[in-house]
This record gives sequence, structure tokens and C-alpha cells, in this order.
Amino acid sequence: MFRNQYDSDVTIWSPQGRLHQVEYAMEAVKLGTATVGLKSADYAVLVALCKPPSELSTSQRKIFSIDDHLGISIAGITADARVLSRYLRSECLSYKHAYAASYPVSRLMTNLGNKMQATTQRYDRRPYGVGMLVAGYDDKGPHIYQVMPSANSFSCKAMSIGSRSQSARTYLERHLASFKQCSKDEILCHGIQAIRGSLPSEEAAKKEESLAQLNICVAIVGKNQPFKILTEEENTKYLNMADELAGSVIHLKSDDDDDQPPQGGDEPAEPGPSDPLVDVPMDLP
Amino acid sequence: MFNNGIVQPLWYNGPSPGQFYNFPGYANNGNMKQCHETNNSDSTRSTAMITTGSSVLGIKFDQGVLIAADTLVSYGSLSRFQNIDRIFKINDNIIMGGGGDFADIQSIMRSIDQKMIEDQCYADNIAMRPKALATWMTRVLYNRRSRMNPLFIDVVIGGIDENNEPYLANVDLRGRAFSDYVVSTGFARHLALPLVREKKPADRDFTLEEASELIRQCMEVLYYRDTKNSSQYTVGVCKVKDSTSNQCDVEGPFQVDEKWSFAKMVKGY
Repeated sequence: MFRNQYDSDVTIWSPQGRLHQVEYAMEAVKLGTATVGLKSADYAVLVALCKPPSELSTSQRKIFSIDDHLGISIAGITADARVLSRYLRSECLSYKHAYAASYPVSRLMTNLGNKMQATTQRYDRRPYGVGMLVAGYDDKGPHIYQVMPSANSFSCKAMSIGSRSQSARTYLERHLASFKQCSKDEILCHGIQAIRGSLPSEEAAKKEESLAQLNICVAIVGKNQPFKILTEEENTKYLNMADELAGSVIHLKSDDDDDQPPQGGDEPAEPGPSDPLVDVPMDLP
Repeated sequence: MFNNGIVQPLWYNGPSPGQFYNFPGYANNGNMKQCHETNNSDSTRSTAMITTGSSVLGIKFDQGVLIAADTLVSYGSLSRFQNIDRIFKINDNIIMGGGGDFADIQSIMRSIDQKMIEDQCYADNIAMRPKALATWMTRVLYNRRSRMNPLFIDVVIGGIDENNEPYLANVDLRGRAFSDYVVSTGFARHLALPLVREKKPADRDFTLEEASELIRQCMEVLYYRDTKNSSQYTVGVCKVKDSTSNQCDVEGPFQVDEKWSFAKMVKGY
């Protein structure tokens, strides 16, 4: 995708029938760190990689709770995500006030899609540069929705978005058949295992010794389980559980490292290809 | 208090003790039924009740709810429209009985019908539940009352809620909502409610047969004693058929079994 004369405005169609600005907005999602969403028969889980942008700062919030039955995990421009989460919270609260019930997840997604679509059809607005995975539970069961800047929302059995999310998607596809029967612990472990593939390669090399230091954020919602972001201790507990469940995978990784020439000093000599840095605060790197 | 043998009033420029205070700006304020709203152009809108429906009675039983109302809409003390169904099927989960000003009932039914059409347009098999509708009506009616422009209605909303639980509630013109195993509006509140409460078994819900029998008895009492009731009535039934579907209909019209033979024994007529 390269610059052409039809991409200056979101209201311009290209001769091929594409809206380039909307597609460029989708690229913003690929710049954020990976996040994974998956569901079993009773629970929906979100796992996100929360790497702080530098040693000095804390990591950006990736997971936002919207209501007792719903939460989102984002990839892309954090400021846009904040605006959308404020809108979703306000909608859920109004619904609860008027109807004394939780907003059905599918309807809320239609509502959000309509709001986001308006920005793809006006010359004075731009599309929201954030993709999100929505985990919700209502009386139709658990839901995972993927929402993109193009205002499309897809109901998914499992999904991963963000940079290097392809390996997570591969893991999810491979294990998709087993998710429905998973217990709460098992589905959490699957989520953690899925996201491990999305670590930058030098991170994976450093961290394979102690998975427990993985910077992840985990949230769960489901039957008799209001939306909850897990605490540090619970994170560690599930990281260790995932560790045990996937012991063989770790050994494979250490074989690869043995083949590399020994590195002198603290830092590897070759930093390797890194993600492009952007001026806008995102949940990077 | 007694000065020179003359009784002095307790205060000046206020209401006399025991009188309902007439707030300035409202004519004839003592009677809640007559409420005139004034606006800047000096025209007044009367929000008095004109064509009215009388009592509605709702009873919850183990499998669902029954809501009964007579088929009369009165014009003051004239029995004007004698064949009007005041029980409405809202959707497969909800039935509603409307009492009070009938024009306002029709107006709120239009809004509710629009809501149901919206639900159908979503085409996602999510149908509104009675508790949600009752809460929504409470908010609407309270809002209207707070703006001094009430809808003069008293409704009974019942049906099957989530987890196949029966639900029954009464919402009135002031936005006061109340949920119980028996609710009623109008004269039924005085005549039918004590009758049903007395018959309620302490440890279990009514069965369908018990609830139906109570409806029949209460409609009879209401016909005899409430001058604005007629002898013909309809009954809305909403009950669980199986785990995924309900049976929700308005049945009738039924006729009260009038017994006037005792009249011969009454002396003086």
C-alpha cells in the first residue's frame, strides 16, 4: 500500500472501490502490541501484552472494564480507545438505568459500529485509530467481538490483533476445537500460551527462563463472574500454570538459543528488526 | 392567644390549620385529579382524566401471571365504550393491563409497540423482558410527573422474566413501581387485594387453577361493588410452556356470573 492520489481524504473513493484512509487507519491497529481474546462455554478471556514504552514509565492500559458483564482490550491509539470506552460505559449505564438490565453485547456492538461508521463518511472527522477485542457475557452466553477502525464488528470464537499477532492466531486456530470444553483455568492458560508467540524475539530469548516475568494483563468475564482484571498474584499463578502445561515448548526454544553464537555483555549485539516508532502515544512497542 | 377576649389566629397569610395548602399559581389545587398547567401564552391544558378504564388485577402463579380487567371504558359516570380490551399482549414474554385515562394508555401503547418493532428489526432473538419494560415505564412516568405533565395511567405489567421466573409489577402515574405476587389498580386495590392476600398459601405460590378461581371471584366482587365496572372481562395469560418458549395470550371475553335473585328478598325497593 503506497501513497496515491485517492488517499488524501476519507470521503474520496479510489477507482478500485476502496477507501484508502480507512485502510490506513487499520494499519494503526497493527502498530499496537498484541492482544488475544478467546472464549469457552462459560467464560470469555482477554490477554494483552503490556510492555512499557521505556524503562522509566509504567505500561499503557490495554484492558478497560466497561460494565460488570463487558470489557475491552485495545490495540492502537490509546487516546481514541479512551474516548470509545467512555462512550461504551455511558451507553451501558444509561441502559441499566432505563431497563434495570445489562446491555446485550450484540446490540452494543451494533450501536458502536454505527457510531464509528459516521467517522468514515464525513470530511471533518477521521476514523478511530483503534482496534478492540470485546469480551462480554449475557444470557446468550460469552461473546468475543473484534471491532476495527472500519466500523466492522465481527463475532469471533477467538481472535488476536496487534503487531506479531499472526503467531497467536495460529495457536488459536490449532487449539480452537478444544476451547468449548475448557475449564476456567484451562482457558486462561490457553490465552497466555497464545500470546507468548507475539513477544519480540529478543524478549522471548531473555524471558524463557522465567515466564513469570512476562508483562501481560489478563481479564475474564463469564457465568457468575463479573468482568475482572486479574491481580499481579493471580497473573503469576496462571503464568506458572501455563508454564507447566506447556513444558515441552520451552525446551524447544532453548535448543534454538544454543545454536546462536554466545553473546558477550548484557545486551545482544544485533537488536534485529524493530517496530516503527510513532509520534502519537500508542500502546507500544 | 386570647387578647381582649377575642380569638387571634395562629398565623397570618398562610393556610388555615387542617386545610390543604393551595400553592400559588395553581387553580383548584386541592384535588389531584384536576391539574391545570399554565404556560406563557396564557392557555391552560387540563390533564384531567376523561375516558377512563377502571380496575386491573394481576396475580402471579407458579408457572406465570394472569392479568384481568373488565372491558369497559367510562366517560365520567357514563358507561361509554363497553367492549374495549384493556389487556395487551406486548411480546411473547410480556402482558400489560392498562387502567386510568384510556387515551394515555393508547399513547403509551404506541411507544411500546415502536419499541417492540425496533426489537424485531434487530432480528437477534432478543425480546424485551417484563422487568425491563416496567423499569422503562417507571422512568418515563416519573419524568412526565416531574415536569408536571403526567400520563394519567395505572398499569399492571407481568410476564416471564429471565430464567423462566414469573414477574408482576404495578406502575402508576407518579412513576411508583411495585412488584409482588398480587397487584391491582383502582377499586381492585381496595376490594380484590385483601381477598387474594387472604387466600395466599404461606409456603408456596398459587397454582393456575387457584389463580383463575381468584380472578373469577374478584371480577364478580368488583362488578357488584364498583359502579365503574361492567360484567364482561378479559384475562391475559403468560405462562411458561417449556424451557425456551412461553404461552402468552389474551383470553376472553368472559362474563361475570351475575346473581340477582337475592334482590327479591331486599325490602324497600
